[in-house]
Amino acid sequence: MSETAIDGVNRRSMVARALRHPSFLIGAAITLTLLAAALVSFVWTPFPVAEVVIRDRLQPPNPVHWLGTDAFGRDIFSMLLVGARNSLGVAVVAVAIGIGIGVPLGLAAAAEGGLLDSILMRGSDLVFAFPALVTAVMITAIFGPGAINAMIAIGIFNVPVFARVTRGAARALWGREFVLAARVAGKTRARITVEHVLPNVASLIIVQSTIQFALAILAEAGLSYVGLGTQPPMPSWGKMLADAQTMMAIAPWLAIVPGLAIVASVLGLNLLGDGLRDVLDPRLDRTR
Amino acid sequence: MLVFLIRRLGGLVATLLVATVVVFAVLEILPGDPASLMLGVNAQPDTIAALRTELGLDRPALARYLGWIGGMLVGDFGISYTYRVPVAGLIADRALVSLPLALMALLLSTAIAIPLGTLAATAHNRWPDATVMGFAQVGVAVPNFWFGILLVYLFAVTLRWVPAGGFAGWDAGPAAALASLILPAIALALPQAAILARVMRSALLDVLHEDYIRTARAKGLPFLATVWRHAVRNALIPVLTILGLQFAFLIAGTIIIENVFYLPGLGRLIFQAVAQRDLIVVQSLTVLLVATVVIVNFLVDLAYAAVDPRLRDTGR
Repeated sequence: MSETAIDGVNRRSMVARALRHPSFLIGAAITLTLLAAALVSFVWTPFPVAEVVIRDRLQPPNPVHWLGTDAFGRDIFSMLLVGARNSLGVAVVAVAIGIGIGVPLGLAAAAEGGLLDSILMRGSDLVFAFPALVTAVMITAIFGPGAINAMIAIGIFNVPVFARVTRGAARALWGREFVLAARVAGKTRARITVEHVLPNVASLIIVQSTIQFALAILAEAGLSYVGLGTQPPMPSWGKMLADAQTMMAIAPWLAIVPGLAIVASVLGLNLLGDGLRDVLDPRLDRTR
Repeated sequence: MLVFLIRRLGGLVATLLVATVVVFAVLEILPGDPASLMLGVNAQPDTIAALRTELGLDRPALARYLGWIGGMLVGDFGISYTYRVPVAGLIADRALVSLPLALMALLLSTAIAIPLGTLAATAHNRWPDATVMGFAQVGVAVPNFWFGILLVYLFAVTLRWVPAGGFAGWDAGPAAALASLILPAIALALPQAAILARVMRSALLDVLHEDYIRTARAKGLPFLATVWRHAVRNALIPVLTILGLQFAFLIAGTIIIENVFYLPGLGRLIFQAVAQRDLIVVQSLTVLLVATVVIVNFLVDLAYAAVDPRLRDTGR
């Protein structure tokens, strides 16, 4: 959280650091590929994604169906593209819920302290005490399975994560000289929070976002796998794995491809997060 | 120590109480009346009403809440709406699958992570370090259910060493029961081992920079003996915290893994109960899981305070 990290002065060296950083580059490349796949799926897929052609069922990868077809003759590559859109969509909303509620709470708790701070800490303890999956199962059970409810279920667990990360970093800042100087100058707590604290915790929030993003993709895949996430005919990576499991003996590639897509996405986002941490804050020891 | 203990215990009870209120309130708004679901669509209104009275569903919410809490305290979790047997027995039966599974996974992940983390830290910045960290990076990215599917394909479908799913039951002998749990345990353990190995490595790296390590080396103790006698023990404290958190995660993780391997554990139970609106089972099971998480974390804190007196005074 260096004071100048976001300022223009260091921007050039930040870019230079990023271009030399292997895990940042690999992570960014994978993440951009994922994003591209998701965007492309809006305008183009090799085959209509829900098109059932029983005649073409269970084809291994070939020049027409690049990654083969499933038990209903649906094109796996097309499903993979739409699955990317789906995973990203759920993850974006789940992380946005976490940031949108968690960051203001964390900032307020750090600025005000006292009762608000205690309530926030005890409240996050409470949310952490609920095994995330159990709660996700309960939420989807109440509101019905589906992508939207999966977003909410995953998003709820992001709130205390962002609240705590923000609070911790912000509290440390409130003891620093430049914040003290601003207080002496007569700025209100709210104004100091917006002008001095938020810019300095931003990099930390960005790094945490990539981590939560990766976790959200894993969670969405898990929920869809057990049938509580995205509903058919909309393809999702988790659902593809669930369908593939029964076909394992005759069509193992069906189970390999979506799994690799999940691993690559999560790995890419984690690498990007590691890279961003170093790029945004060069003072942290990279080797730890 | 006593003050610390009382304060922690108070926090534990408060968390549990709030958790029960939340769970109860959330399930109150769940659509679907258990009595009508049990009797089916053709049931007469007066039959449904009679069953509602029998199940106590016609009482006010507060009375039902207090009855539920009071019952749980003495081990009476009520009667399952669908199975028509005591919930406590139902949960106990299923726990005989999930608990050993979670414990096996915990043991496996520790057995993999501690040596790998130690290796990485002692070979800091050399190839074993890079290899272990690479493994950890990939390991956290692998969804455990996908890893489970791959294990089934390799060891059950192709090699036919173990059954592809299902549970032999403890009656069939411990060997058969453990054989049906080994693949799910490995699948659960891998991502956890990856996280734990990272924690072990960074904790050990911190400790290796301490003065007492230099002292031990200076007095002539060989490097590996120093690592083993002084460093590893001190590094285990942060590892212990993560282990506590992971146990909770593993218990919850069994929910999905049990679906991969068709195991009749707590996870399958909670799914069926949710689908059949068996509220009393969902409520009790959720609270039990929350209680497990909170109590394990409490025990970890306690173990800390016992090991390290500094944590007693400053402890929140």
